[in-house]
Amino acid sequence: MGSIRDRVAIVGMGCTQFGNNWDMSANDMIVNAAFEALEDAGIEIKDIDAAWFSSFFCPPGLTGQSLAKALKLPFLPVTRVENACASGTDALRNASYAVASGIYDTVLVLGVEKLKDNGLQGLPDAEMWLNMWGSHDSTYRCTTASGPAQFAQMASSYFSKYGIEAEHGKRILATLEASNHHNGSLTPKAQFRNEVSVEKIMNAPIIAAPLGLFDCCGVSDGAAAAIIVPADKAKEFRSDPIFIKALQIAVGPCDGLMNPGYDYAHVEETGRAAKAAYKEAGITEPRKEISIANVHDCFSITQLVTMEDLQFSPRGKAGEDVMSGFFSLGGGLPVNTDGGLKCFGHPIGASGIRMMYETYKQLQGKADKRQVDNASVGLTHNLGGIPGSASVSVGIVSRELG
Amino acid sequence: MAGIVSYGAYIPFNRLPRAEISKVWGGPHLPGEKAVAGFDEDAVTMAVAAAIDCVKGINCEDINGVYFASTSSPYLEKQVSALIAQVLNLKKDVWTMDFAGSLRCGTNALKAAMDAVKGGSAENILVCASDVRPACAKGDKEMNFGDGAASFLISNKDVSVEVENTYTRFNELMDVWRSDQDPYVRSWEDVFIYAKGYTAVVSSTVLAALKKVKLEPSDFSRVALYSPNARQLGAVARKVGFSPEVQIRDVLHLSVGNTGTAMAMMALIAALEEVEGNERLLFASYGDGCDVFIMKTTDKIRDIKNRRGIKEHLASKKTMSSYSQYLTWRKQLETEPPRRVPLEGPSASALLRDNKSGLAFYGVKCLKCGTPQYPPQRVCLNCGSKDQFEDYCFANKIGKVTAFSHDMLGATLDPPITGATIDFEGGGRIKLDMTDRVPEEVKVGIDVEMTFRKLRYVNGIYDYWWKCRPIRSSM
Repeated sequence: MGSIRDRVAIVGMGCTQFGNNWDMSANDMIVNAAFEALEDAGIEIKDIDAAWFSSFFCPPGLTGQSLAKALKLPFLPVTRVENACASGTDALRNASYAVASGIYDTVLVLGVEKLKDNGLQGLPDAEMWLNMWGSHDSTYRCTTASGPAQFAQMASSYFSKYGIEAEHGKRILATLEASNHHNGSLTPKAQFRNEVSVEKIMNAPIIAAPLGLFDCCGVSDGAAAAIIVPADKAKEFRSDPIFIKALQIAVGPCDGLMNPGYDYAHVEETGRAAKAAYKEAGITEPRKEISIANVHDCFSITQLVTMEDLQFSPRGKAGEDVMSGFFSLGGGLPVNTDGGLKCFGHPIGASGIRMMYETYKQLQGKADKRQVDNASVGLTHNLGGIPGSASVSVGIVSRELG
Repeated sequence: MAGIVSYGAYIPFNRLPRAEISKVWGGPHLPGEKAVAGFDEDAVTMAVAAAIDCVKGINCEDINGVYFASTSSPYLEKQVSALIAQVLNLKKDVWTMDFAGSLRCGTNALKAAMDAVKGGSAENILVCASDVRPACAKGDKEMNFGDGAASFLISNKDVSVEVENTYTRFNELMDVWRSDQDPYVRSWEDVFIYAKGYTAVVSSTVLAALKKVKLEPSDFSRVALYSPNARQLGAVARKVGFSPEVQIRDVLHLSVGNTGTAMAMMALIAALEEVEGNERLLFASYGDGCDVFIMKTTDKIRDIKNRRGIKEHLASKKTMSSYSQYLTWRKQLETEPPRRVPLEGPSASALLRDNKSGLAFYGVKCLKCGTPQYPPQRVCLNCGSKDQFEDYCFANKIGKVTAFSHDMLGATLDPPITGATIDFEGGGRIKLDMTDRVPEEVKVGIDVEMTFRKLRYVNGIYDYWWKCRPIRSSM
């Protein structure tokens, strides 16, 4: 089996403001993110050979035409990728493979989501998922609980498995989210840029017990884009390209929803994708070798178990690392340096590319007030689905080749 | 002799103290409380629950027919007995019949079942009666009505209760009715309906029946009657000469309410729970006439065990939070819908494919590695074998809560939605809603049982599936 390690590089990235983008259509966000990335790479539309487009439910319409239409791509090959919240990273993965194969030299990857035009609270996808979790497609015979509740269940079993008392468990999760809010406050493009105290987070209204309002990420509009080129040509574009070391994805066979062997206190797909990514990147001690990680904190509990699934913390011990500040901006392994999904926002198809945008800026030393010292190796992680049935991607990038 | 082989009953978990109703509207209230079908229950789900109680220890493959009786079937045109037969996974060639149109349709169904087993067209028939009768807010019917279901297995042999005689009188009268245009049950003035309806007709019909069989009121150890309320039950008892304290011993009006079609049968089950062999019972219904059954228990009555029946169901309950909760569940109080995606309607063709897995709650068990799994798979989740499965029923299995959450976001008439991941005794895991629970009492590790419920109503289709609930017991 081959490897993507050191074969392609990112030479340009763009990202819109995330949030309630009432004044921007999907088309506007596509244009803004794409042209920022092109400018960053010093190229134009005419230099692009092909494009990969990720969106979960984005209007207008289906196919890759949304992207081609917005940018007036000159009849280029455009592939649309959907893998729920892992869509963006999966688009990046497919685009990277195409470049590594030698078929294309310059490829655009763009993810976008326009979630806030439907007047709903939460994601508009609930009904879609039910088909996957229920007794049979299109019968809607399935739990009626919301998406957040599926992750909240993981909190109940995680606390139970590791003997964490409910109040302390809430405090761990609140501390983690306070850190995300602190990072968000330093990130101009983030949806939520305010500090929030641990006490306020703990006492917020319950969404799906034990998760409260601040345990759940934002629902946002946004777009992010990247330009991928062969690694050996990267320096022709810029002096500080970011090299891709690993792009792995693990798609679960719904095992955890049917198999009592799954403990509902971790995400198997994350563990599998991480293991493959570390192997691909040649990383043996992730806790030491990874400088920063931007992970899928759709909910606080997801971020907590992800620290264990990514082998940053031993099983049951992620809470201790959260409480000691190990994952905070000044800690040993800063996580969600831009505020994460919680504060930067979560436009599904754009999120993986947004994480790569933050990682790219950190590795280039351009993260301003939230800059992590000597950030050299960064990790991104997306989880599409729910505990027990997920599509998970892990990406690893570095400032250096080799 | 033909008669009853087995019985089962169902009373919803939720009870509304009648004082809660008068708290809102003022005025006096009836004593006690009424049993209220949950937001996810209806006449169908309650009939299924009573049927499951009735067939404990009985092989469903041996059942020859299902009769369903109700005035509150969720469908005007669509047979519920066929649905129940599918839920119980009965043989394809069982007789299914729905009886409707009168509170007497429960005993009509029993009479038809008796005739079928006597005539030899079936060896046995499962009869289910169930009602959730609609009553307008602030009226006496709302105060008085309760929800419940009863089920009997009728056979021509090995009976626990012999039906010695039956007698009937019809009575054409506008006393209590609901037209095709009425949302709620109507009635004429009380003095009239009892003088020319219930009280007069039941007492005279019972007396005529007794005369026919040459028995005295005192010949019966127990008497089970339909009654619109406790007072008229007493009036009939006086007119005929039954002792309310010894022979009738009504427990329903105070704690459940008038359960309509199911009422007489529930009263009979309450009596059967307390009798021995060789005791005589009288059982009568009312609705556009009166059906009378004269019965005698056999020694087999003692063999009917482990039924939740009336006693256990009465003792297992939760007091509802408020009258507004009741009105909301009944959709008599319009509330602002949450800002969530509108519900999708189930597909009829998908529902057809799902009959066994969705309604009878069958998954599969791998013939190679023995792993139970739900929903049915083509490729084994454990060993990867293709199409090497046997059917495996989850409906009768106990499970344990592995993970749960109380969800305030999902749309429901009974927030929070308690979602749970259930691991089954014997293997298998299913993600289910938990109903009839006290949220504070839900913990990882508690035992749950399966219960057939209504999930959603979209585009005219009631979508039924299974939920879990903490095991109902009187303990």
